[in-house]
Amino acid sequence: MSDTRLFWSQVWAIIWKDLRCELRSRQVWIGMGLFALLVLVVFNFAFDLRTDNLVAVAPGALWVAFVFASMLGLGRTFNAEQDRGSMDRLLLCPVDRKAIYLAKLLGNVLFITAVEIVAVPVFAVIYNIPIITGLLIPVVLGGTIGIASIGTLFSAVAANTRAREVLLPLLVFPMIVPIVIGAVKATQSLVSPVSGDAPWLGLVLAFDVIFLSLSALTFQYVVEE
Amino acid sequence: MNAHLVAFPREASVEQHPSLLPAIEVTGLGKTYELRPVLRNISFTLKAGGTAALLGANGAGKTTLLRILATLVKPSAGQGTVMGYDVVRDAAALRRLIGYVGHQPHVYDDLTARENLLFFARMYGLAGAAKRTDALLERVGLRAKSRERVRTLSRGQTQRLAIARGILHEPRLLLLDEPDTGLDEEASTLLDELITERAATGGATLLTTHNIAHGLSRGEDTLVLAGGRLTYNGPSRVLSPGDVRELFVARRRER
Repeated sequence: MSDTRLFWSQVWAIIWKDLRCELRSRQVWIGMGLFALLVLVVFNFAFDLRTDNLVAVAPGALWVAFVFASMLGLGRTFNAEQDRGSMDRLLLCPVDRKAIYLAKLLGNVLFITAVEIVAVPVFAVIYNIPIITGLLIPVVLGGTIGIASIGTLFSAVAANTRAREVLLPLLVFPMIVPIVIGAVKATQSLVSPVSGDAPWLGLVLAFDVIFLSLSALTFQYVVEE
Repeated sequence: MNAHLVAFPREASVEQHPSLLPAIEVTGLGKTYELRPVLRNISFTLKAGGTAALLGANGAGKTTLLRILATLVKPSAGQGTVMGYDVVRDAAALRRLIGYVGHQPHVYDDLTARENLLFFARMYGLAGAAKRTDALLERVGLRAKSRERVRTLSRGQTQRLAIARGILHEPRLLLLDEPDTGLDEEASTLLDELITERAATGGATLLTTHNIAHGLSRGEDTLVLAGGRLTYNGPSRVLSPGDVRELFVARRRER
């Protein structure tokens, strides 16, 4: 088997293993989905939403819901491996550490996207915003990849500490600020296009590339002693 | 993927085929955690196909030594090679040649026994993974339980699965860290048989155990660690369990 084929076979094996474990234990998906819906409902009641401020506020609420829900899933990425001691066994395998990172990242993107697929229609109905268009897909996917890329890396950092539940959001939130700002602004532009608006989606994608490259390069040093 | 497909180590020459190199060669190895030395100046050799027992009291440094040889921990001093591969420099290549079984099984509870082995077979890029997996499950007595989730298995059955995973890729060196934990007598005998089979085919084994008599009978050679230092390195047949206990405390008396 060539190195490239082995690399992708290992990536797929880890994704398959994580998906199967999650589908059987249902520890993350249901919690993430319910949390995202709760945040949307609470924000809907908490803000005094009128037609004139809806476009300014609602996309922010949507992305806060995504970010908070993502934290639940991201935290489990390596905590589960660490708790059952299987991380060492994974590291004992002749697997490129980038394959582990990529598999965990893709798994997280899959988990978060599944939650978003449920949350977006609920958001559109509750906030009465015609947000569901084809252009929403690259915005949501770009924002999700950015959050997941940095979240997956810091999940590995936090998993080795005692205060991992507290540490993960403290590490991730400051880093994803540009992604969240770009995603919120890009979502606003979808709902209410403004001529001459900055290319927010481009900013999100640029940060995706930066975060992905940095995370893939540094992951090995995080998981190995 | 077979071990013979792995590239030759840097140290190996035409005269030194990997199968002729010592399974383990350790020189002046040391490990310090937060200024506290855990291993000091460890030097020993385990020949290819050899079996050695690593004995020592709790905290003597046995697990740390095994984890260094397994490439999970980097040494603070000295050098270690396995089949000619440096445990730090050549860690990536070395991982194909090492099998590790710890005292905790550390398998995936939500996967079945078979799925666990198939997952690791894919991680090692093994050809004929399904056939090899089924044969191993049969060998460790888990054929009937192969499609049950691990969380429904007993502690001993889960440890049998961990042993199967450790030898799945036919490693040239098997590191066993108190593998008997949770095993019944039948499974313990099975482990003895596996070690003997491996030795017959040139596979080396280094094992730790708290059962001194068991360690002496399993290993043709014995290494005794006390306070992070190697206090004995020689044949097992000249030692009695009482001698080993003396070696455990001798170091404490010196201090």
